[in-house]
Amino acid sequence: MPETTTLPLVQVRGATRRFGDVLAVDDVDLDVHAGEVVGLLGANGAGKTTLLRMLLGLLPVDAGEVAVLGHAPSRDVRRRIGYVPQNLGLYQDLTVEQNLEFVAGCYDAPVPPLPPGLAALAHRTVASIGLGWQRRLAFVAALAHSPELLVLDEPTSGVDPLARARLWDTVRHQAEQGAGVLITTHYMQEAEQCDRLVLMVDGRAVASGDEATLIGTTRAVQVRTDRWQDAFAALADANLPVVLDGTAVRVADTPEPTVRAALATADVTAEIAEVPATLEEAMAAYAKTGIAKAQ
Amino acid sequence: MTWGVEGLVVRLGATRAVDGVDLVAEPGRVVAVVGGDGAGKTTLLRALVGGVRPTAGQVRAPERCRTGFMPTAAGVWRDLTVDQNIDFVAAAYGVTGPLLDRRRAALFEVTGLGAARSRLGSQLSGGMRQKLAFGLATLHRPELLVLDEPTTGVDPLSRGDLWRMISRSAYDGAAVVLSTTYLDEAERAAHVLVLADGRPLLAGTPTEVVRATPGTVVRLDGEMPGITTWRRGHERHGWLPPDGPAGTSTDSGQGVAGVLPTKVEPDLEDAVIAASLAREAVDA
Repeated sequence: MPETTTLPLVQVRGATRRFGDVLAVDDVDLDVHAGEVVGLLGANGAGKTTLLRMLLGLLPVDAGEVAVLGHAPSRDVRRRIGYVPQNLGLYQDLTVEQNLEFVAGCYDAPVPPLPPGLAALAHRTVASIGLGWQRRLAFVAALAHSPELLVLDEPTSGVDPLARARLWDTVRHQAEQGAGVLITTHYMQEAEQCDRLVLMVDGRAVASGDEATLIGTTRAVQVRTDRWQDAFAALADANLPVVLDGTAVRVADTPEPTVRAALATADVTAEIAEVPATLEEAMAAYAKTGIAKAQ
Repeated sequence: MTWGVEGLVVRLGATRAVDGVDLVAEPGRVVAVVGGDGAGKTTLLRALVGGVRPTAGQVRAPERCRTGFMPTAAGVWRDLTVDQNIDFVAAAYGVTGPLLDRRRAALFEVTGLGAARSRLGSQLSGGMRQKLAFGLATLHRPELLVLDEPTTGVDPLSRGDLWRMISRSAYDGAAVVLSTTYLDEAERAAHVLVLADGRPLLAGTPTEVVRATPGTVVRLDGEMPGITTWRRGHERHGWLPPDGPAGTSTDSGQGVAGVLPTKVEPDLEDAVIAASLAREAVDA
């Protein structure tokens, strides 16, 4: 279990950052403890990357406080962080080995050994190896200096489930060794791998907790019928957010009686069941609430 | 009319990018092709729309003018405005006059792109650009709609919008084939085809795919010698091959102290990982 009594590795209080008229990060609190994997969720433009850049010392805050490993972000603190950016930050024209030598040199760390598989590609340029291998290399490079905090920006996008499972093995192993991990993802199944999730909407951290907490009371209605096309038409005509779900249809964040009434107008008989929303559906509901508040 | 490929092989240079794949696309049904980078998804989809010539096997597809294709991370002209993108594609497919007006209005209504109609393609957000690309691929209401990773890199909210648009196309009668790396998305398709190294790994409805999981998926409390494991949150799942070595059966109690494996019902994620491991074992 994550250790929560010691000082958090990341402690953000009331962090705020403006770009012109846009409030990119708005009064955000965030803690990441040693041994904890925290997932940062949110739409594009919700402020996730801006927040990460403030933690890494790449952007100053306009207001509020950011402490990383007990200090304000700086180059010295940065040396104790492992960072895998969205674009991986590898040098495409250098070989696998040269990339590691370069990164290890920057951190004054020994060049780490290449794991099996990647070792066979040591002398290939990064540009010539597959994306899955590039991601593994980025991880090896980010972990070379035994960082106390790992910051991962959408680390597994585009890889197959087995490769993704192997990357997560690495992430959780780091957490078990005592590192704190802050990770952004658009992949909802990755949320289950995190100890805690923080959801950002329009620059604000609007919810925090595990997956079940975030989904909360948001429900969806599943409609099973032989006439799915008729059900779909009836629900779409009623302006409900209907989607196809295999050979059933599904309506998120809508009361069951509303769905029933829409189906009745088209004379569709169906098996109707209220089910817990998916995390994606819950996020859409949070975003809608955010927009409603803004108006 | 159904579309698809049978026994498809596509050789690109020395690589068999697609190697013996069958796929059936029917009107009103969404087929999801799943796999990582280099699995052969794009080559399969391009073969289906006539963009690459099969080395062997059959491709059944309607004429190009009745096919819609949304290529990965493209399909929008960055230096044309939203309206110009629509005009250009409409002209190519012969969609004109009041019909074009209606379809433009319909696209603006579901995407909210109307407010950005004078904006250049390059100035749209990732989600908006993908929605425009989808709109362009479906402007002529194709019978076969092929979408190459329409939701990769798109945030969950835009992904929800795109999935609604995809559902609508299937409802309108299109046979939809899309590729994805997201298994939760594949779970919403009527049929799933999992590819690895160009070859089919698993195929069927999501339920059938899970049922076809090779060997046994177990839950362990820790690592155990001889069993490949992966994390599912705080749990660790492991895979026992169907003809596994003696002593690894689920009820033999021969695990390391405290790490007795318990059989679990796999989900799609477990199924694909188990099938990938089974393939690795055979290839080794």
